Amino acid sequence: MTSTDLNIILPEILLALGAMAGLMAGVYGGKDRSAGLICWGIAGLMAALAAFIGLTGFGDNVAFGGMFHDDGFARFAKVAILLSAAGVLVMGQDYMARRGLLRFEYPVLVALSVVGMMVMVSAGDLMALYMGLELQSLALYVVSALRRDSVKSTEAGLKYFVLGALSSGLLLYGASLVYGFAGTTVFSGILAAAGDGQAPIGLLIGLVFVIAGMAFKVSAVPFHMWTPDVYEGSPTPVTAFFATAPKIAAMALFARVMHGAFGGVTSDWSQVIALISLLSMFLGAIAAIGQMNIKRLMAYSSIAHMGYALMGLAAGTQFGVQAMLIYMAIYVAMNVGTFAFILSMEQDGTPVSDIRSLNLYAKAEPGRALALLVLLFSLAGVPPFLGFFGKLYVLRAAYEAGLVWLAVAGVIASVIGAYYYLRLVYLMWFGAEGSSVDTNRAPVLWVFLMGSAAVMVFGVINLFGIEGAAAAAAATLVP
Amino acid sequence: MDAMLREYLPILVFLAIAIALGLVLMLSALLIAVRNPDPEKVSAYECGFNAFDDARMKFDVRFYLVSILFIIFDLEIAMLFPWAVAFADISMTAFWSMMVFLAVLTVGFAYEWKKGALEWE
Repeated sequence: MTSTDLNIILPEILLALGAMAGLMAGVYGGKDRSAGLICWGIAGLMAALAAFIGLTGFGDNVAFGGMFHDDGFARFAKVAILLSAAGVLVMGQDYMARRGLLRFEYPVLVALSVVGMMVMVSAGDLMALYMGLELQSLALYVVSALRRDSVKSTEAGLKYFVLGALSSGLLLYGASLVYGFAGTTVFSGILAAAGDGQAPIGLLIGLVFVIAGMAFKVSAVPFHMWTPDVYEGSPTPVTAFFATAPKIAAMALFARVMHGAFGGVTSDWSQVIALISLLSMFLGAIAAIGQMNIKRLMAYSSIAHMGYALMGLAAGTQFGVQAMLIYMAIYVAMNVGTFAFILSMEQDGTPVSDIRSLNLYAKAEPGRALALLVLLFSLAGVPPFLGFFGKLYVLRAAYEAGLVWLAVAGVIASVIGAYYYLRLVYLMWFGAEGSSVDTNRAPVLWVFLMGSAAVMVFGVINLFGIEGAAAAAAATLVP
Repeated sequence: MDAMLREYLPILVFLAIAIALGLVLMLSALLIAVRNPDPEKVSAYECGFNAFDDARMKFDVRFYLVSILFIIFDLEIAMLFPWAVAFADISMTAFWSMMVFLAVLTVGFAYEWKKGALEWE
């Protein structure tokens, strides 16, 4: 019994052991000198676990009396989380080392937060959900304040911590209401208590609080206010991490709670999610227009993208979950490349994040400018690139679920949002003469930028087969 | 309640939470922040004489460190006690769970020791 359970959570155990081994190796070994090695070691472990989960995972395994589900849905999310976290760790290393930020605790904390994310996406119980969420969040609060002698970074850490604690409080309050009215914390039990059609009033109020708590974690409007400040204040590699793995984890958790615990009362939650999706898309598109700082711009861009992913969830169907998973996978692939570019922006060795420094960048670096153009077009959802297909899937899901107004609003928001992506392209090719950025020529950043751009172009052929994988994953969650 | 109106209850509750939370965050900034600051208003209040120094005193970060480390081991004891009292009745799973917990805690302890967090110098 116990050994079967432990076998199911083997990947989580291995990663947690890896993190602890890294901590011991760091503190008894070379201290911060060994940080690079630990980064590579943990990134390698994550990639190996992703391969292990992706290749050998099979069937629907339940551990610890329903607390932990290892099903197709969890495996899809875990592979995406592990790969993106490994990529970001490798990518940001050089940047952190040259600014004296590469402490050996950084890869260890990232690994621990990834363990939390893996528990989150597998959670089958409100307690397991909360445990995973807190493990993830606590590690993230610390890494966002990694540059502890900078006012902005510590402010980012503090702000993230206070608002994160508030959101955890909302979520816990909702969970306690759900437990009170359903009599159980296991999702299958809540599903039975909520019934079909309409949930009892008490359960409903708990459900809405849980949604509010999770909307904080995915940074959906009206709970988005921490995102721009935290993105701007954190060191850029940490921002890149925030924009990728935790977003997939929170979105997958969202889908699991909604469908796993409240699958019978779809109409009750889908209206709330449709509203936050609508608000996120428009706020993300409009608020980014005035931003001159590329990290703040990416923060608003991520808010808008979360709006689109939530549109898939708002549909409340199996196809909607599939569309959301495809959207998140494409979103992460785009963001890794874009942040590889942002990491390479510097002037006289110090990082710059003002978009006006990209003036006439295409003259100096045509290859990189072209790759960034592909990524920006893809983020905006311009047809020949992969980002368009992500949007197409969620729009189709919303349309088929009868949310035509939401789909139309999504198209309008994406047209508004295209403005600020295209402005970057404009600056690179037709901007005014002026001081321009130097480029950090680290080969790792080049590989990630070009690789991500290539994925955006060649992915349109068959989406690298993720369509089928996402369909299978969605089928395990929504019957 | 009208069945048709009942359908819109979740969105009503959600809007109430969203608006209330937004108002709290904005109003607290409005109420707590100092407007028209002058030296008398922003200095620390001390009865009868001028303030000796700033209200934001610098504490040595080691005080926090000690209190945080204390809490961890305090909680460990809080978990060990009931476990020890019920020791005769518990299963092997419970025994090994506690051993794993202690092992993880020991890793953290070894880290803080080597890192020098326990030294006051």
